[in-house]
Amino acid sequence: MVRLADLPGWERENLLKRVPTLPRFDGRPWVRGPALAARRVAIVTTAGLHVRGDRPFGSGAAGMDYRVIPGDVATEDLVMSHVSVNFDRSGFQADWNVAFPLDRLKELARDGSVGSAAAFHYSFMGAISPVTQYEPKARELAGLLKQDQVDAVLLSPV
Amino acid sequence: MGALGHYLEQEGVATTQVSLVREHTEALAPPRALWVPFMLGRPFGVPRHAEFQRNVLLAALRLLESDHGPVIEDYPHDAPYDDLGVEPEGLACPVSFPGRPSQGTLAEQLVAEVAQLSVWHDLAVRHRGRTTLGVTGLAIDALAGYIASWFTDSPPASFRTGLTDGAALKLACDELKAYYYEAKSVQPGRHGSAAIRHWFWHDTAAGHAFVALRTIAAQSMDPSMKPLAVQSLVPRAVDVSLQANATNQRSAP
Repeated sequence: MVRLADLPGWERENLLKRVPTLPRFDGRPWVRGPALAARRVAIVTTAGLHVRGDRPFGSGAAGMDYRVIPGDVATEDLVMSHVSVNFDRSGFQADWNVAFPLDRLKELARDGSVGSAAAFHYSFMGAISPVTQYEPKARELAGLLKQDQVDAVLLSPV
Repeated sequence: MGALGHYLEQEGVATTQVSLVREHTEALAPPRALWVPFMLGRPFGVPRHAEFQRNVLLAALRLLESDHGPVIEDYPHDAPYDDLGVEPEGLACPVSFPGRPSQGTLAEQLVAEVAQLSVWHDLAVRHRGRTTLGVTGLAIDALAGYIASWFTDSPPASFRTGLTDGAALKLACDELKAYYYEAKSVQPGRHGSAAIRHWFWHDTAAGHAFVALRTIAAQSMDPSMKPLAVQSLVPRAVDVSLQANATNQRSAP
């Protein structure tokens, strides 16, 4: 986000008033792993992305679940159905990598900066409150990631 | 986003994240986060700038090699100017630059405007090799007709089984707006995201129609329409701008 100090007062207040509503996590989980060049990386975004034809996001249970994005998805097949209208979509429309950097990740895998890109990536939809509602699906997703030998997840918001 | 980091890490999967609102990330304290000074919707800075995006991605991934955490690191570079405009080399530009139709009802203006923009949208698809339309499954003329029907005495039924009227209208409006944004981006000139947003909400029949639809939603007895009346149709920034304009008009001599 642009720095809060640079925002109009109404927008700054809107973002700050959410802080007291966020949960505090007592634990500080910390998983170690190999060097980046040996890691298998998956992207998990909250941009409300999915393959065209998959269930759109929305309110209720359909908004809480994740969507699977195959690693070989074509750029013309990925769409967005996030319910919020308060973030920019023109960037994603011009180039998916600004919100979902799959091409960049594959480049890093090719040049050896990371070990490999996962076979599957995933999208939730942000704007769910309270955020603790993500817990069951996030834990379920962890199992899928492990099956894909993923040992590093890039979490990306919008 | 930060909550996902906690849950995945608790399950044994290492995570690193991009943070767009540092204050939110500080509160959630996920294991690893790279705060970036970019606009909401663009966690990797700017479209069509592979090197910039790659550097942001690498900076976030390198946090995986930190010794201990939680760690929040600040990305030191601002995003380059977000010019979405194109110089369509080798593509024939449409010769007309129609403005908002002036004749007919708002619904009729909307339908006419969508037709006028089709040549630009076709050009956008050719230039980008993709479109983000297709969530509703409706062709663009059917989409415009569906939204225009909301201004009649008998609003249309949802176009998909299992989708409420409010959810259907929401998807339709988001998709129509994407059509406008994609079409506008290939018209001659430089187009930043703020300029396109201003054009859509102030200079198009569609923008005016969306504001009118918000009023229709507020008057509806259908609970599925409530989100459209409150927050999921007109962005906060636009709402503030429209309210300021109305205040100025009232106070003008």
